[in-house]
Amino acid sequence: MKVIEVKQLKKIYNTTEVKVNALNGVDLEFEQGEFAAIVGPSGSGKTTLLNMLGGLDQPSDGEIRIGGTNIQTLSSSQLIDFRLRNIGFVFQAYNLIPVLTALENVEFIMQLQQVPKKERQQRARELLDRVGLGERINSRPAKLSGGQQQRVAVARALASKPKFVLADEPTANLDSKSTENLLDMMEELNRQENITFIFSTHDQRVVNKARRVITLEDGQIISDVRKEQETRTN
Amino acid sequence: MILAIAWRNIWRSRTRSLVILIALTLGLASGIFYMAFYKGMLDQRINSAIKTEASHIQIHNKQYLENPDKKLMINNSDSIVKLIQNEEAVEAVSSRTIINSMIQSATTGSGVKITGISPEKEAAVTNLHSKLIEGDYFETSRRNPIVIGKKLAEKLKVKLKSKVVITLQDFNGNITGAAFKVVGIYETSNTIYDETTVFVQASDLNRLLAIDNNSCHEIAVLLRQNEALSTVQADLTSQLPKLDVKTWREIMPEVSLLESSFGLTMYIFIGIILLALLFGIVNTMLMAVLERTKELGMLMAVGMNRIRIFTMIMTETILLSILGGLCGIILGWLLNIYLGIHGIDLGAWSTAYKSMGFDTLVYTRLNWSITLQIAVLVFGTGLLAAIYPAIKALRLKPVEAIRIDM
Repeated sequence: MKVIEVKQLKKIYNTTEVKVNALNGVDLEFEQGEFAAIVGPSGSGKTTLLNMLGGLDQPSDGEIRIGGTNIQTLSSSQLIDFRLRNIGFVFQAYNLIPVLTALENVEFIMQLQQVPKKERQQRARELLDRVGLGERINSRPAKLSGGQQQRVAVARALASKPKFVLADEPTANLDSKSTENLLDMMEELNRQENITFIFSTHDQRVVNKARRVITLEDGQIISDVRKEQETRTN
Repeated sequence: MILAIAWRNIWRSRTRSLVILIALTLGLASGIFYMAFYKGMLDQRINSAIKTEASHIQIHNKQYLENPDKKLMINNSDSIVKLIQNEEAVEAVSSRTIINSMIQSATTGSGVKITGISPEKEAAVTNLHSKLIEGDYFETSRRNPIVIGKKLAEKLKVKLKSKVVITLQDFNGNITGAAFKVVGIYETSNTIYDETTVFVQASDLNRLLAIDNNSCHEIAVLLRQNEALSTVQADLTSQLPKLDVKTWREIMPEVSLLESSFGLTMYIFIGIILLALLFGIVNTMLMAVLERTKELGMLMAVGMNRIRIFTMIMTETILLSILGGLCGIILGWLLNIYLGIHGIDLGAWSTAYKSMGFDTLVYTRLNWSITLQIAVLVFGTGLLAAIYPAIKALRLKPVEAIRIDM
């Protein structure tokens, strides 16, 4: 089942001095259950692409369909609601709400979705258990390590039962042990629960784990490799 | 949860929040204290104007107030007094004979307003008897006793039992005079009043003026409650069409002006304080919003809609204002209660205050309706202060907001 379809996506940033083609005709599709990494040097357009996929930025041209919906047809308030119901986000700097505990951070998304209190508390507990933080549910982000915070962020991203999770450089601020743990955990979620993860990353460890690696350069896809297919064809 | 987030966000930058909270508390407490002080002073002035000087309502001959001539009298005063006493809201009535004339001691003389009263009836209307600092209040059975103010006693250099001479023109135009013996010396909070007003028995003064005891110049009426003022005035005006019925507000317009200007003074004063606080709150909240750009961007990215973001920032600002407002009101009230019991001594400036008729020991006074009005104003200020930072938060674009520092 296709989760995301991208056709001839273009993004041009018009600054006063220069015109930057951040994305220059990208065609891409993601299936349910993919574990994909978008890689490329700085300025290659991967963050721009991720922002487009997340409905955070409007393309200059082209089309993005998520679960069949053309997201360019949505108004900005419809888009906020669409993101809430369909997309999970994990950011490089974790971006948890510092005044809320781990449990409340995860619950918060479900509250925005108006999930009843009991149900959301139970689900938040389960998710934190799932990411290995069952013991730290009442800690605020400042009391958690970077790796733990990113786990909370993953639990939060999953709380809304999204169609896919977008993770922008999720391991950039983590040490190798935390990175490994986080990746293992996400891979497990992906394999066991068929959750789609799309990363933008510089991190070779992420690239190694990913089953599909999309390489961008100058706003264009220069390679799109599916490792399992690769293994099979080999 | 928005309420919880807003509340916890306030305490995120503890020092900053405390600074604005202290500013709110002190600003409001001082505003409330000033209002309580002003109201206390005003109430005491009005109270003294009614209880000592004017009473609630005064009735005169129609032309008397324009030209206080001794011939412009109220005739058949006894029956009029009875008629007035029939009014339900009336507490007491006293008729007075008044003449402006000269009083002389062995050393000097002074122009005064001589008020002839029936001591018992007058005591029910005004509280002059309680203002005596020396002597007694017409307890003697001798003829021609006089009660004078302390200031006049000093001016005339007279003491208790001293003799003073009153010279006047009687009803028939003959110059006449009589010696009076000082039996009491009073002191009110109004030195000008003390210097210019003396009291004698109406029967003594009437005899001197050659008028009968059934006539007078002024009927003073004390009501049970000030609220009944206009009703009783209207009633008496219709029943006594030939006489001039005036309230203390018309007789002492300067006191009435103080009373009516209280509301406006309060709004201006509190308004200035709140305006200053408004900018303080806006500044604090703007800093809070700008330093949370990334967090707000994240919230928008993950699906918190604009209404919720707006509500969250508004709630935070309003909570801060309510908290500061509440502390300010409590502190203001504590000051008000303490100084309402112990009073504030303005003795150092007594000459100035007393010459304007104000007591120098001021007891603060405040009522709940004023407090409520101030509370509403604070809430309004909070609401107003919340709008700009909340709008600023809305203008953030999630993708730009997230990019910062990344």
